[in-house]
Amino acid sequence: MHRSSEVKHVASYLNTRGCECFGQPCESHCPVLTDRTIHVQLKTFIKIRVKPDRTGVVTDGVKHSMNPFCEIAVEEAIKLKEKKLVKEVVAVSCGPQQVQETIRTALAMGADRGIHVEVSGKDYETLGPLQVSKIFAALAKKEQADLIILGKQAIDDDCNQTGQMTAALLDWPQGTFASEMTLEADKLKVVREVDGGLETIKIKLPAVVTADLRLNTPRYATLPNIMKAKKKKIANVKPADLGVDVCSRLEVLKVDEPPQRQAGVKVETVDDLVGKLKEAGRV
Amino acid sequence: MPLDAFAASLFKRPMQTLGMAVGHGVRCLSQLAELPELHQMMRQTCRDYAQKELAPIAAQLDKDHKFPAKQVKELGAMGVMAVEVPESLGGAGMDYLAYCLAVEELSRGCASTGVIVSVNNSLYLGPILKFGTEEQKKQWITPFTTGERVGCFALSEPGNGSDAGAASTLAQQEGDEWVLSGTKAWITNCWDASATVVFATTDKSLKHKGISAFLVPMPHPGLSLGKKEDKLGIRASSTANIILEDCHIPLGNMLGERGMGFKIAMQTLDSGRLGIAAQALGIAQAALDCAADYAHKRTAFGAPIGKLQAIQFKLADMALAIESARLLTWRAAMLRDAKKPFTKEAAMAKLAASEAATFVSHQAIQVLGGMGYVTDMPAERHYRDARITEIYEGTSEIQRLVIANNILKEYQQ
Repeated sequence: MHRSSEVKHVASYLNTRGCECFGQPCESHCPVLTDRTIHVQLKTFIKIRVKPDRTGVVTDGVKHSMNPFCEIAVEEAIKLKEKKLVKEVVAVSCGPQQVQETIRTALAMGADRGIHVEVSGKDYETLGPLQVSKIFAALAKKEQADLIILGKQAIDDDCNQTGQMTAALLDWPQGTFASEMTLEADKLKVVREVDGGLETIKIKLPAVVTADLRLNTPRYATLPNIMKAKKKKIANVKPADLGVDVCSRLEVLKVDEPPQRQAGVKVETVDDLVGKLKEAGRV
Repeated sequence: MPLDAFAASLFKRPMQTLGMAVGHGVRCLSQLAELPELHQMMRQTCRDYAQKELAPIAAQLDKDHKFPAKQVKELGAMGVMAVEVPESLGGAGMDYLAYCLAVEELSRGCASTGVIVSVNNSLYLGPILKFGTEEQKKQWITPFTTGERVGCFALSEPGNGSDAGAASTLAQQEGDEWVLSGTKAWITNCWDASATVVFATTDKSLKHKGISAFLVPMPHPGLSLGKKEDKLGIRASSTANIILEDCHIPLGNMLGERGMGFKIAMQTLDSGRLGIAAQALGIAQAALDCAADYAHKRTAFGAPIGKLQAIQFKLADMALAIESARLLTWRAAMLRDAKKPFTKEAAMAKLAASEAATFVSHQAIQVLGGMGYVTDMPAERHYRDARITEIYEGTSEIQRLVIANNILKEYQQ
């Protein structure tokens, strides 16, 4: 997975560690995975900088928070629970100690319990969708999940792979880019936002769904729920416990800032424009 | 390191054991260095809400003098309109430190919303929670926790603000009713309120010992509102006179004992003071945000003005004023939560915070130069909003008297 830093994103975001969310209904429990992604709160004050060794971006001292698409996934899971279509919502995140804060945010929104899969140091720096989806698949089997809801992609690396890979590893059906999902008995009706428009599919549970922007509007945690979140449990698990090897098969060659924007040139006529475009090799 | 990143780095790791201690009501000074995780989460939630829902509409609310009813309902749903009220009565059941954090973050987005939240929590729900009977609490607290209804506090009169003991609003007993008559002035929230705590005297000869507190629903026969004041700042919150003419209320509407009114008012204001300190901190912080951002972007003499020492000294003084006042506010709140005496500290907090707000917003306009003077930037609104914090809920002069009295008592031979 080539780590390219896109400055237009970088203005708002930093690193990404595969953001995924699980939601779960029915008799079992489904982990709702949320990821810790580095989201710069005060864009005007903190400039994203590429590390001097060009292996990534600077993450020290930058505030981390839940990936926006993951928030939407957590919200959807909680909505299912409120409609009594789901028995338990479990929030999961992979990463170092700090991700517990993100899990607690999910608990404050209404998730029942959390699972923190500890990955830190070098392993964390190279953690990508393949390893994360292996972890999720293992957890889904262990927890006997029926539904996994993830954010469609993380806003720092924009991989958009984890949901799909998780479904493949589990051999489950998938409904990605969901803008609407309805549980009908043991089937899930998912409306997907695709380039051509909206596609409606019906998939059998257990399944994986990835949340897109218009699926819902995440709630603000209420103060009483924030208090209750303190008492909810977050279990600690290591990838090795799940039989997952987090070693990366990819090597980041380099990370660069995008080239500076060049000034434009004004031309008088269309012929001039065509001439200039030909000169620049654009046509 | 940018100011806010620096502040954020102070609260990166929650102090778990301290958090547990907090749960048992123990407070200690090291808490000032790092807030417990619960409080950090709560603060972040309020900050997110203020940034997304309040800041974008604050300028328009100010222009239209419009009460943010939708936002107040949303805040009610979050539990912010009744932070200290126990869950059994419909509140969030959190402590005063949490409340101060909430008011500061909300005021950072919109100062008017901050004062609406503060008055409902501290001045209306506060005294009823402390001095009300179980029946009164059910009737006058629970409906006011959801954001559907707000309350107000009627102590000041056209003839006396600081001189609260000279209240001339009368309360006469007629059979099984109290009849109130008189005028109350400068009542925040009154045009949007559904109830008020009114202070009236049952016996003028007893001076301040003759004052009692009463609960009056709004609207109510015999209670009318004066014209909405056209204020310099906090315009989205309504301020007006409350006129009581032959206003009949049941005997059961007296709050606390007869003659206890002055004590109730003073104790309520002690706490309310911290809500206003928090509001002032929010306004000051918003002004600093504005100035520091501008210092990065505006170039003059070939570089961002943040490189100039004159601007740097200003920003440093502004940040220092805010941080000092903030720590005073947190300390007073923690003392109150620990049920220790906190009057002197609360007065210090309110004084420091309100003077910080006026100082910081003044300097923020200076940093912005001409841009600080026009409505395109929020600096001018912060300047206007800040000014009232040195006046209401105890003028700066009164705060100094309170502090001095406490000091002299400490040094009494």
